[in-house]
Amino acid sequence: MNVLLDHFAEFRDGFIGTVEITAVSSVIALVLGLLLAGFRVSPVPPLRFFGTAWVTLLRNTPLTLLFLVSFFVVPEIFFPGMSPFLLGSLALGFYTASFVCEAVRSGIGTVPLGQAEAARSIGMSFTQTLRLIVLPQATRTVIPPLSSIFIALTKNSAIAGAFSVTELFGWQKLMSEDGYDIVPVFIWVALGYLIVTFAISGLFRLLERRMEVAR
Amino acid sequence: MSASVLYDAPGPKAVVRNRIYAVIGSVALLALVVVAIVRLSDKGDLAYGMWDIFNYSGIRQNIADAVLATLKAFGLAAVGSLVLGVALAVARMSDHKPVRWAATAFIELFRSIPLLITIYAVWVGFLTDYSMWALALGLSIYNGCVQAEVLRAGVNSVPKGQREAAYALGMSKTQVMTSVLMPQAVRAMLPTIISQLVVTLKDTSLGFIILYPELLQTARLIASNTQVNGQYPYVSTIVVIGTIYVAMCLVLSALATWIEKRGRRAKTGISMGAAAAPVTAAGPAAVMAAEGTIGADGTPGTTN
Repeated sequence: MNVLLDHFAEFRDGFIGTVEITAVSSVIALVLGLLLAGFRVSPVPPLRFFGTAWVTLLRNTPLTLLFLVSFFVVPEIFFPGMSPFLLGSLALGFYTASFVCEAVRSGIGTVPLGQAEAARSIGMSFTQTLRLIVLPQATRTVIPPLSSIFIALTKNSAIAGAFSVTELFGWQKLMSEDGYDIVPVFIWVALGYLIVTFAISGLFRLLERRMEVAR
Repeated sequence: MSASVLYDAPGPKAVVRNRIYAVIGSVALLALVVVAIVRLSDKGDLAYGMWDIFNYSGIRQNIADAVLATLKAFGLAAVGSLVLGVALAVARMSDHKPVRWAATAFIELFRSIPLLITIYAVWVGFLTDYSMWALALGLSIYNGCVQAEVLRAGVNSVPKGQREAAYALGMSKTQVMTSVLMPQAVRAMLPTIISQLVVTLKDTSLGFIILYPELLQTARLIASNTQVNGQYPYVSTIVVIGTIYVAMCLVLSALATWIEKRGRRAKTGISMGAAAAPVTAAGPAAVMAAEGTIGADGTPGTTN
């Protein structure tokens, strides 16, 4: 208990940091993942190739390595002097986007064939079919896997802490270096993460219930 | 279902339009690559000296040692997580309430905490002088919980008649589990289990936080200790080490896909989990995907 009371300000900052980086990289992952899924099902071969290459490459790379790329290679090419927070969000977002892409793609696969056929037969283009008919229906099947993906993202954000972004892991490290007993520190950090992950799964359950449709 | 349902076989107009998109897309991607290369070479990251360091036998030896260290931690973690996974899965399906609750609590707790934090806590708290064992133990705990859920999904996927028939033959609870349910569960879940091992392999890179000299830690050391033309060879090191990682993971992923394809051939009536799906973000997604493939209606199950 003492650990928390003595260092509540730092703990709060760490908690807020975790929430912030989770939120920012979730947005990046969602937007990019949708775009990549669109690429992967599109009629344009180079875009399909790009989507496939992205997913294969990023899913088979350790996230820690991506953080290294983000912190040491990206500033060499674009945006020198970007803040560690943004660089960390980029790495997390790009990594998670590949999982979002696959979830959305498999969601598209569950939409009944007739829906897309009907859309096409009334003369809708690829973009229209995808945007107006298929994606809205795919959303429902995609929500449960997305929930898991964003929970995983929250947990992965701990790695950002090792790259000098303020968040809960950083607090744990600081406290154990200060000589506090690791067990209570661990429990408080765990509690912090549990709050975030429960919030996410609650939010998604709410979404799921709102979008429930008899099929 | 193939994605091609989304668009018609293109007519002459659409062919032209698609070609235009293809050209624009390719040019944009190519431009991105060119910009990256030009900027990198401007900064001197592509200079010969930067890449020449990998010709030194010392650095080669370092990398070889690091690969070995990574594989060692991975091997220990793989065995540990599988053993723990079986134990936890059995405990979670136990008939004794306290055992079931304890196993469920353990699984839920360690599955929802970042692996990095578990590894660090194990290292600081118990195994400060044994970073390899700390890494292996942390990985085993986390992945053991995930494997337990995968196995449980597998056991649940075995047709009910199997269990009933075994009991009817007079088998004991242990016999039913060990000689009827588990073998079928493992078989159904093999692709998923291997996919989770890919995640375990990737996660050995978290060893850098406890200074275990695995591949990534070594990469950081090489990059920050070897100065070429007054610059640190981060880019070249990351490219080389990244290639090694991707190659290792792809081999393991390919194994999972191969086993899945083989499993499809056999007609045992037990569906085989998909190999590709569970290589998701380390965590509950793996289990979710596993349950999803097993679900009779093909809709993904939920976790948490």
